[in-house]
Amino acid sequence: MSVIQLAGIERVFHLGDSVVHALTHLDVGIESGEYVAIMGPSGSGKSTLLNLLGLLDRPDAGSYRLEGRDVTTLSPDEQAAVRSRRIGFVFQSFHLVPRLTAAENIGLPMMLAGIPAAERAQRVAQALKDFGLDQRADHRPDQLSGGQRQRVAIARATIMQPAVLLADEPTGNLDRATGDDVIHLLEALNERGMTLIIVTHDPKIGTRARRQLMMEDGELKSDSARPSMAVTAT
Amino acid sequence: MRTADVLRFARDAAAGYPLRTSLSVLAMAIGVAAVVVLTSLGDGARRYVVEQFSSLGSNLVIVLPGRSATGGFSPANAVTTTPRDLTVDDAFALTRLPSVRRVAPLAAGNSEIKANGRLREVVVAGTASTYLEIRSFKMAQGHFLPEADWNRGAPVAVIGVKIQEEIFAGRPAVGELIRLGDRRLRIVGVLKATGQGVGGLNTDEVVFVPVSIAMSLFNTNSLFRVLIEARSRDEIEAVKREVTAALKARHGGEEDVTVITQDAVLATFDKLLRALTAAVAGIAAISLAVAGILVMNVMLVAVTQRTGEIGLLKALGARGATIRDAFLAEAAMISLAGALTGYGLGLFGAFVLRQVYPVFPAYPPDWAVIAALATALSTGLLFGIMPARRAARLDPVQALMKH
Repeated sequence: MSVIQLAGIERVFHLGDSVVHALTHLDVGIESGEYVAIMGPSGSGKSTLLNLLGLLDRPDAGSYRLEGRDVTTLSPDEQAAVRSRRIGFVFQSFHLVPRLTAAENIGLPMMLAGIPAAERAQRVAQALKDFGLDQRADHRPDQLSGGQRQRVAIARATIMQPAVLLADEPTGNLDRATGDDVIHLLEALNERGMTLIIVTHDPKIGTRARRQLMMEDGELKSDSARPSMAVTAT
Repeated sequence: MRTADVLRFARDAAAGYPLRTSLSVLAMAIGVAAVVVLTSLGDGARRYVVEQFSSLGSNLVIVLPGRSATGGFSPANAVTTTPRDLTVDDAFALTRLPSVRRVAPLAAGNSEIKANGRLREVVVAGTASTYLEIRSFKMAQGHFLPEADWNRGAPVAVIGVKIQEEIFAGRPAVGELIRLGDRRLRIVGVLKATGQGVGGLNTDEVVFVPVSIAMSLFNTNSLFRVLIEARSRDEIEAVKREVTAALKARHGGEEDVTVITQDAVLATFDKLLRALTAAVAGIAAISLAVAGILVMNVMLVAVTQRTGEIGLLKALGARGATIRDAFLAEAAMISLAGALTGYGLGLFGAFVLRQVYPVFPAYPPDWAVIAALATALSTGLLFGIMPARRAARLDPVQALMKH
């Protein structure tokens, strides 16, 4: 079953008088457990696509079905609930809350979802162990290395056991070795069945994915899963 | 998000920016403290005045010779309003009125006291035995003036405690002889210190003698005042009516005395000083409004400062209402902390005032405290709404880019 099904997606931005088609004619299906890299030059619409997949943005036309459910017509609060339980975000700049400890940052999505403190503590402790952060539980982000910060962010993104993990340039602020560690961590999660979608402009990371989506000028240029696509798109 | 978590999150957020938070807490605290201290001052003044008047005695009606001019001046008035003397007999006649419990005549003047080889100027008050009860004074030594015919007083005197100190150096003075003007009088009692001065007359520095002696000493036929105690508070008006009528009859149909009640004077002062306190509280409340605007400013800065965090919270599944509640809770906490700090500061300020001026009962009135705390909280919340809504409405994509 497709976890994500996009059909006829359009996203248009109005910048002054000019109209920018950030996404046009987008039809993509992603199966559960897939490992997908969205690639393309900056301005190609890959970040817009990721925001749309994460329900942070709405398409101007087309439909987006997440786990078979049409999520484009949901109210903002219903979309927030879907984000809370079905989608995990990993950002380039980690986006940790500076005044909260590693443990508190990991527990944040559960706190927002209203999960009782006792259950939160138990799940955070497990996550800290799984991600090798048990020595860092009470450290604030500024006391952590870049790699540790991104591991905290990944632990936070997966604590609610989402259906889809969206990573926006997850290695962009890390050195090569640390970046590789983070990629291995994400791939390990994918191997355990989590759908992983990485946005990157780094071909080395992109080619590791089992499927590559090449974006250009808001269009899907090529899809490694459907080689014929490139022909139809041009 | 659970309420306890919202509160904890808001608390941590406020604590995460200590300078910003403490400055807005301080602003709110100053506002509340201003209200508490200023109303303490105003209400203290009111209580002080009320106490001073109450110390005159309870259910008191005072008769003054002469009509207080309220009808304007006319040549006819000038001829007819020459006041008659308010005599001892006039005063004694009042004792027979139905609503009157006690009457004390009062004649006053300055004289010299000479005793124990010392000499000093004193205020002499001529009165009767009833004076002690009417003014509810207590004796330190001996007894007050004996009951006697008001027109034939015995040659005795009661002195204030300060006179005792200055003339007799604090030794027991009962039984000692003094010379007052050309009279020789024996001291029968010393009045307990009252510390009260009414009309510039501190009773600690007064020599009390029978009214007849005072009047011949000053060579006068008119009393300074007649103090009357009504049988009850409800009968004060009746006393006023009866006294006016009785003295009018005795003075050939002319109303040439002024009858004042403590209540009327008190009520006027009470009203006046309450209004003053309210006005002062109103002025102080302006600083609360200013503090509220400051909290709004600070919360707007907080929203801008934490735009990235708001975007993140939205990405992690926070609803707009959750974010709004968190920011509102933060504004409420800052206001509450400010209000409580200010209340403490205000109480301390009032305490210092009481230490510096012990006679001044500077306690904040309950209504002012409640009003100040409520205003602080509601302005904080009210001015917190706009920033909180702004935070809730932020576009997550835009917000995340600002990190």
